Amino acid sequence: MKPCRSMLYIPGDSPGMIQHAPVFGADSILLDLEDAVALTEKDAARKMVACYLKYYDFKNLIVTVRVNGADTEFFDDDLKEIIPCAPAAIRIPKCNGPQDVLAADRKIEALEKENSIPVGTVRIHAMIETAVGLENAYLIASACPRVQALTLGGQDLTADMGVQKTKEGWELFYARSRVVVAARAAGVDVYDTVWADISDKEGLLKESKLIVNLGFTGKAAIHPDQIETIHQAFMPNEKEFRKAARVMEAAENAKKEGKGVISVDGKMVDAPVVARARHLLELADLYGFERSGS
Amino acid sequence: MNKLILLRTASAGTLESSDCVVTVSPAEKMELEYKGANSAVFAERTRQLVDDVAKQYALEGAQISIQDQGALEITMRARLETALQRAGKEAVKQ
Repeated sequence: MKPCRSMLYIPGDSPGMIQHAPVFGADSILLDLEDAVALTEKDAARKMVACYLKYYDFKNLIVTVRVNGADTEFFDDDLKEIIPCAPAAIRIPKCNGPQDVLAADRKIEALEKENSIPVGTVRIHAMIETAVGLENAYLIASACPRVQALTLGGQDLTADMGVQKTKEGWELFYARSRVVVAARAAGVDVYDTVWADISDKEGLLKESKLIVNLGFTGKAAIHPDQIETIHQAFMPNEKEFRKAARVMEAAENAKKEGKGVISVDGKMVDAPVVARARHLLELADLYGFERSGS
Repeated sequence: MNKLILLRTASAGTLESSDCVVTVSPAEKMELEYKGANSAVFAERTRQLVDDVAKQYALEGAQISIQDQGALEITMRARLETALQRAGKEAVKQ
C-alpha cells in the first residue's frame, strides 16, 4: 500500500466537499459521521456517505469513514449502512481496550458475510482518545488482524486528562510517544491528531516535523490547505534519499547473490534499516525523486 | 428492500451549493416538482432518478419536490432516500 501521509476529515453531510475530495491532494480522506455532523442529521450523513461510497469514483484516494462511538445509538446503524459499501477502513472513536475493537470486529465480520464481502476487507482504525485507551494502546493495536492503524485523538484525550491542548503540545508528548511505540510494536500504522489553527501553517509544519520524527506514519487534516504542509514535513531530504537508495541496491544485490549480510558505505546494515529505506523510497516516489545516479 | 409506506411530510438536504432540498409527502400517485437554475437541462435525469428510487422502495405514490442547487445525481439520490426514510416506514413482508 502507498504511504498515507495525510488524512483529510470531510463532514459526511457535506456533498460539495465530498465530491471535490479527489482534487484536494490528500493521500486519504476520512468521511466523518461523528463530531462534524449534527445529531439531527446523522441519518442524512450516513446515507450521503453510503451513496458516495457506492457510486462515486474517488480515483486513487484511500477512503475511510469515522463512525459514531459504540456507546451511541448511532453505531449499529452506521455499521449496517457503511460496511456493505466496503470502505478501506472504519475509524472507531474512543477505543478503551481490546474488547471495544473485538466487539466491532465481530459486527463488521457479520456484515461482511451478509453482504458477500471477503472477511477482513474493511479494516479498523482505532482512536486512542482517553487515558485508559492510552494505557491499553498496544492491546488495542494487536487485538485482531483487522486493526490497520492507531490514531491519536488529541482534543478528547487532553479533555480526559483535564489539561489544555496547547500549540507547543508538551501535554501530548507522552501520549504521542506511547501510541507510536504501541503501533510499531503491533506492526500497524499510526496517525497523529489534527492541528486546529488553520491559519497557522508555521505551527502545523513544526508539529508535523515533530510527529514525523517520533515515528508517525501520517497526520489528520481538517482543511485542504493543511495537506501541502503535512506532505512537506514527510518529504525525505536528499541525503536520506540517496542513502536509502544505496541500502536498497545493496539489499537487492545481496539477495541475488544469496548473501545474508549487507554492507553500505563500509557499515553493516540490518533488516530494520532496509525496511526504513524501502519506506523512504516509497515516500520519495510521491515527491518524484529520481533514483538514477544515486 | 421492503415496501415503504409514507406517513408524513419530510425533507432532507440544504440550499448550499452542490446540494438540494428534497421534500416528500404521501400521495395517491407519483408527482414530481423539480426546481433549480438548471432544471430544464436535468429534468429527464431527475425524473429517471426518482423513478429508480421509487421502484427501489416499491413506492406507489408520493408528492416529491426538489430544489436543486447544482447537486450531483449521487447527492440527489442520498437526499431523496433520506427524505423518504424520514417520511415513512417499511412494511413488514407477510
